[in-house]
Amino acid sequence: MSGRAIFEGKAEGRALVTSSPVSFYGGVNPDTGEVVEHGSELAGQSVRGRVLVFPHGKGSTVGSYVLYRMAKNGAAPCAIVNAKCETIVAVGAIISEIPCVDMVDVGRIKPDAWVRVEGATVEF
Amino acid sequence: MHLTKEEEAMLAGEEGHATRKAMQILVALGKIYDAERMVSVSSVQVSGVSYKNLGDAGLEYLSELAKDGKARVKTTLNPAGMSLTDWKSQGIERGFAEKQLKVIEAYERLGVEITCTCTPYLAGNEPRFGEHVAWGESSAVAYANSVIGARTNREGGPSALAASLTGRTPLYGLHIQENRVPTVAVDVEAQLMFPEDFAAMGYFVGKTVKDGVPYFRGVERATLEDLKALSAALASSGGVAMFHIEGLTPESGLGARSLEGLTLTGKELAETRSMLNDEGTPDFVSVGCPHCSLTELATLAKLLSGRRVKREFWICCSREVKRQGDEAGYSGLIEGSGAKFALDTCMVVAPVEELGHRVVATNSAKACHYLRNAGLKVRFMPLEECVAEATGSG
Repeated sequence: MSGRAIFEGKAEGRALVTSSPVSFYGGVNPDTGEVVEHGSELAGQSVRGRVLVFPHGKGSTVGSYVLYRMAKNGAAPCAIVNAKCETIVAVGAIISEIPCVDMVDVGRIKPDAWVRVEGATVEF
Repeated sequence: MHLTKEEEAMLAGEEGHATRKAMQILVALGKIYDAERMVSVSSVQVSGVSYKNLGDAGLEYLSELAKDGKARVKTTLNPAGMSLTDWKSQGIERGFAEKQLKVIEAYERLGVEITCTCTPYLAGNEPRFGEHVAWGESSAVAYANSVIGARTNREGGPSALAASLTGRTPLYGLHIQENRVPTVAVDVEAQLMFPEDFAAMGYFVGKTVKDGVPYFRGVERATLEDLKALSAALASSGGVAMFHIEGLTPESGLGARSLEGLTLTGKELAETRSMLNDEGTPDFVSVGCPHCSLTELATLAKLLSGRRVKREFWICCSREVKRQGDEAGYSGLIEGSGAKFALDTCMVVAPVEELGHRVVATNSAKACHYLRNAGLKVRFMPLEECVAEATGSG
């Protein structure tokens, strides 16, 4: 699939997929990468090293710094794929230098599929 | 997206690492929101100051930018997690204080004015009608767009700082006239007497209209304090970044004559007030969210004169407004009662829950919203009742 590169880069890993918006601030433990958001279908799983696939971000803009903190702690996803990226995730990906692509049909990516992100393309 | 030669140079790293990073952020946002080009901004308000929210990662990011980044336009700062001078008497732990001061140092190196207030428009950052600015701090964003008629999107910390380091922001959203027109009308039938009534109204409407542009009809007068409370509440229960009040705010002529909407009566106000009240006796009282104006200090001085507070009572305001209060003789009367000025900070961004407080009385709907998220119980009441609660005469 070809989308739009928000932060260009190359990465691959197993997909961690949710159909719900993700809040990094308060929703993910910045030290471990574990999803702690109450009621999230990913609760208890870690985003560390995964290609995180979700429709778009939500919540506080502090979420950008949380993503940066996760990257510094080695707890960040290796790439992010969104349906429509918004400010929080875009800024977080850029300052953390995490490859990020949006404008792709995220519904086609199956959980645990091996996904390769390069520039604006997403292969799986 | 069209970039000028100067903007291209910033993106290519010719003006240093921090400027490059900043321009990368702005270009990505421009792409996401289909901006045709950048626009110059005349001022910036940076949010993302409290160490409680930034953590070590945020501090590290700011320190890295501060190596070669410099503000290019007037840039003011949101409140920190403590008073920068009196943190010990606030009960703040040394470890937290040291980190918080490092955050402030980084901002200082970046050329940001250490105003530490959420009401920059009361502390020297006063854009004029029609100017493009890039402000963080949701209550100040709503105030700047709606009351002043300046143009800003709702920026996050990093994107506001990026605008400061480049003097630019992508031209989209509320920078464009057609996005500033009302989307929903609110017919106000309730009697609005105090800022707390405006706060309750804002909290109700924000929850309903989410990120729309409400147009209030039937509000005859509103003070600065009313508008400040309304801005804060609309932006906390919802994502409102702009509103209009018929006949009062500068762009209300953009019109909503045929717009359908909701009706606000005394019933919705009463329900909202009661929804913002938990069980419990307050052990902490705080006013000044957003930071107090000089008029509010005058009221507090009158109410507190000759009385003693029996509970911890924080009055949050900017150093600039406190200075004006000193000159007017209000500050002495307030401090004489045992109430404490909380400068540079507020009850929302300070680690209040770690200071041992459980139930907070406040006149701010916004504070109620965020304190609850932090696990505290809240009581929402008018300023006079907050004073009565603090002095034990309630």
